[in-house]
Amino acid sequence: MGLAVLLALIVAPEDADQGISQRIFYIHVPIALTAYFCFGLGALKALLLLWRGDERYDLESYVAIHQGTIFGSLTLVTGALWAKASWGVWWTWDSNQLVLFLVLFLFYCAYFMLRFSLPEGARRARSSAVYALFGVVLIPVSFLAIRLAEDFIHPTVFTREGPQMSGSMFLTFVVSWSAVTLLAYVLYRVELTGKRIDRDLRELREVLS
Amino acid sequence: MSYVSDVTALASKDLKVELRARDTLPAMLLFVLSTLVVFRFALPSDTQDDAAYGLLWVAIVFAALLGLSRAWVPEQEHGVLDALVLAPCDRSAIWLGKTLATLLFLLAAQVVALPAFALFFAPLDATAIAGVLLADIGICVVGSLLAAMAAASRARELLLPLLVLPLSIPLVIGGVGAAVSADGERFLLFLALYDAVFAVLSWASFEYVVTE
Repeated sequence: MGLAVLLALIVAPEDADQGISQRIFYIHVPIALTAYFCFGLGALKALLLLWRGDERYDLESYVAIHQGTIFGSLTLVTGALWAKASWGVWWTWDSNQLVLFLVLFLFYCAYFMLRFSLPEGARRARSSAVYALFGVVLIPVSFLAIRLAEDFIHPTVFTREGPQMSGSMFLTFVVSWSAVTLLAYVLYRVELTGKRIDRDLRELREVLS
Repeated sequence: MSYVSDVTALASKDLKVELRARDTLPAMLLFVLSTLVVFRFALPSDTQDDAAYGLLWVAIVFAALLGLSRAWVPEQEHGVLDALVLAPCDRSAIWLGKTLATLLFLLAAQVVALPAFALFFAPLDATAIAGVLLADIGICVVGSLLAAMAAASRARELLLPLLVLPLSIPLVIGGVGAAVSADGERFLLFLALYDAVFAVLSWASFEYVVTE
């Protein structure tokens, strides 16, 4: 993580027309990709829950989506900062990615509302899992919809011919991406362990009382 | 053919309940009409037609939510859902029957709402109406499943709009696009895609939502 910050701030060359503000790219994009990854992981665990019926996947799916929502909110914040720096406004409806993240943010907030208002048990686990699966389908569908609705003005860095970046920029990007993914993984493990201990404690207390 | 007869039996049960109690449909009709009148005064008088199409979509989505929030109430109040789940039919037939019944209510409300909209605000062409129909299917397909989830929760009516609205954003984009864009067919195609994808997903996953 430290190496990533160092590389992003010092080593990578400045973008010709965006200047210093372009450096937020090394944080913003990895966070966004990690958020997608967490949502995907949550949906995968949800699918496993429905398929195999193992209770264990419920907590894993929930924690992955929780992490995804945190990284998604960070994406919104860093995206707004970047928009302010490079386009002069805090929010623009022209940026497809930001609008998509806003939709996803609303969707996954509703996921938590659903989860916390259902009584605990197998039915809650399965309902949450179904909703998580809806979310992962919603991502490409909304993306298509938003893209249909508006012109595509986000700078397209990754094209079919490979990344449009110089070597040191790409290296910085890869290091930042790995750092953020690692951070997400560590947070995921920590939260999962915490939640498991919490659950075990509760069960123990019920047995004792 | 027993699947089809199960579905029709379930849908016609909902229609019969509605014909006798008249709970949902009059409320939806009145809601759509009064929303349109409110919009007439909420808009500045020199507003263009395009803005009015957007408001039509707000009215449609909220009318659908109104219908959906009532969808599982009779089942919930009388414990019918448990009996239906135990009945020897495919569980997805319960979902399909409810979807069809809700869709019929929504269409009935729109038989009044769309002419009223054309009268008050702006004309609707064939593409716009096709967009409304496709989006109706989409919102009923997704909504009847989510309403079953919400009905089991503590928050119930409060929860349903939160669950449905993020999922209906693509539908609104598609519907408004079909009404205002010069190239409306692309948006219709998108709406059809949405309906197909979410219909399959809801059909496959309904069983998990209602069984204990």
